[in-house]
Amino acid sequence: MTAALEVIEAPAKAIEGRSPVLLAMRRLRRDKVAMGSLVVIVLIVLMAIFAPVVAAITGHPPNEQYRQIGLTPDGLPRGPNGTFWFGTDDLGRDVLVRIAYGARISLLVGVAATAITVVIGVVLGLAAGFLGGIVDTILARLIDVVLSVPFLLVAIALVSITGPSLSITVLVIGFFSWASVARIVRGQVLSLREREFVEAARSLGAGDTRIMFVDVLPNVLAPVIVYTTLLIPVVIVTQATLSFLGLGLPPPTADWGGMISESQNYYTTAWWFILFPGIALLITTLAFNLFGDGVRDAFDPRADRLR
Amino acid sequence: MVMFLIRRLGHGILVLWLITVAVFGLFFVAPSNVAQTLAGRQATPETIALIKQRLGLDQPVWKQYLDFIKNALHGNLGYDYYHQVPVTTIIGQALPITVSLALGAAVLWLLLGVFNGVISAVHPRSLADRGLTLFSLFFYSFPSFLLGLLLLYFLYFRLTLAGFTWFPAGGYTGITQGVGSWVQHLLLPWIALALLLAATYTRLTRGAMLDVLGEDYIRTARSKGIRERRVIVRHGLRSALTPVVTQFGIDLGQLIGGVVVIETVFSLPGLGQTAVVAINQQDLPVIIGIVLFASAAVVVANILVDIVYAVLDPRVRLH
Repeated sequence: MTAALEVIEAPAKAIEGRSPVLLAMRRLRRDKVAMGSLVVIVLIVLMAIFAPVVAAITGHPPNEQYRQIGLTPDGLPRGPNGTFWFGTDDLGRDVLVRIAYGARISLLVGVAATAITVVIGVVLGLAAGFLGGIVDTILARLIDVVLSVPFLLVAIALVSITGPSLSITVLVIGFFSWASVARIVRGQVLSLREREFVEAARSLGAGDTRIMFVDVLPNVLAPVIVYTTLLIPVVIVTQATLSFLGLGLPPPTADWGGMISESQNYYTTAWWFILFPGIALLITTLAFNLFGDGVRDAFDPRADRLR
Repeated sequence: MVMFLIRRLGHGILVLWLITVAVFGLFFVAPSNVAQTLAGRQATPETIALIKQRLGLDQPVWKQYLDFIKNALHGNLGYDYYHQVPVTTIIGQALPITVSLALGAAVLWLLLGVFNGVISAVHPRSLADRGLTLFSLFFYSFPSFLLGLLLLYFLYFRLTLAGFTWFPAGGYTGITQGVGSWVQHLLLPWIALALLLAATYTRLTRGAMLDVLGEDYIRTARSKGIRERRVIVRHGLRSALTPVVTQFGIDLGQLIGGVVVIETVFSLPGLGQTAVVAINQQDLPVIIGIVLFASAAVVVANILVDIVYAVLDPRVRLH
């Protein structure tokens, strides 16, 4: 008996147990583009965290209007110069400092709204797929409804009714994005719940909630992680789009979409006013998308075949 | 097949009905001062009450909802608050613009996406593959308004400044007033939309093609001595297109419901821009009408996709 146990244990020590997530992380670390994007993301996060430092270095608070030195005698924005490295906006504010502060809004909304989306999506998707029956019927229709509604239109309408604010933006985006997550999770769970390990857990006396969250959930993590990384840039763009349409954060808060919207009337005279916030937004979404693409490849079991 | 269709239609109608409930509830529960706005600043409370009565806003919400449903079933989505124009007329005027925009862009993004996807799949991990992937991800990452503004800046403002008035700053002329002018007004928005959407198709085509090209029947076709180009297009692409068709239907359905940002940037008075204007004016009947129409477009597109899917791929069982 003891000898038999030892035989089983010995190879278990020799072969290192690697979960799919661990294997994916390993593949991801070897992906140069993904790692490069991650560095860019970290830099953007640092810029957001240290936005007050940027303000201190330039000596310009984000909402200070330099009407004398920041505007031309005609009242137009000033181009990049020694004092204002990225130029000024239509009110004589420092574009560089406002970009640094704008990163806070983009990242905050990106992470918060994505978190809400994923939590709602995973819980409802699990419930629908695992519990089945009437719960599934109701949730499946609800998913259909949310996916059929023209998201941007309803989001604009809602924000215009409630008045723009950070929390409303986050809630609206989260509320309308969970359905895709729920659909993915539901699909996976539908096949997972027929597997033996669920039966095994049940025979050990585990309840529905425990099986759902402890046994089934880890098995749907891979698609959820992939979807989450790719959702962040979408959310950032959505927030910027709402701002661009005039439903961002109330002024004078600096946010990228709002800055681009304000720059529209000046794009013939002040290219820096649109260019720098535009580049900031594009670099951020591109970095997240490239990273997300790497994550997807890393989790794709077929990726090995191609490499 | 017939049973499947009936069930799908039933689901679609149920979804649309739920959307009317949700949208109506949201917008009518929210505080509205549209009567005040319409009456002007110096209006007496009597005038405001009169306007509310005329618009039916003095009725309880459930009564308003029942009236709305009754009219909607008769093809009447109500009248806009400001000029008493039927909402169906407003949608009818805006729809051709949105459809022109969506269909033209669709041709471009399908060509671009499928072509790039095939090139990538035929030479996986090559420089072309990586380049095209980067190209499509680059434009996929673009916020639509930024891409639109950039196109306007370079291809309208800069070109016009340089003496080439090839593109207008925006606006729309109907196809009946000349195809040339119609294309001229829509070309920039088409390009913008196509670049934004092509990435998805490149990825889908690439993935599906890679799978298909590994199949035995492709090897059979090659060993029979069929030219490579024919193997790829006739044998490979044909069966790789199924996921592309699915995505295409869903995207087109969503776009027909209004292309909010691109329409706004290029001043195209399609459904999206009309809805944005209505939202700014709190013109509820128009908002609800367009939201419903857009949802219906998505629901119909999904049903069509299911049907096309079944026709394209006989292995799919309709149940």
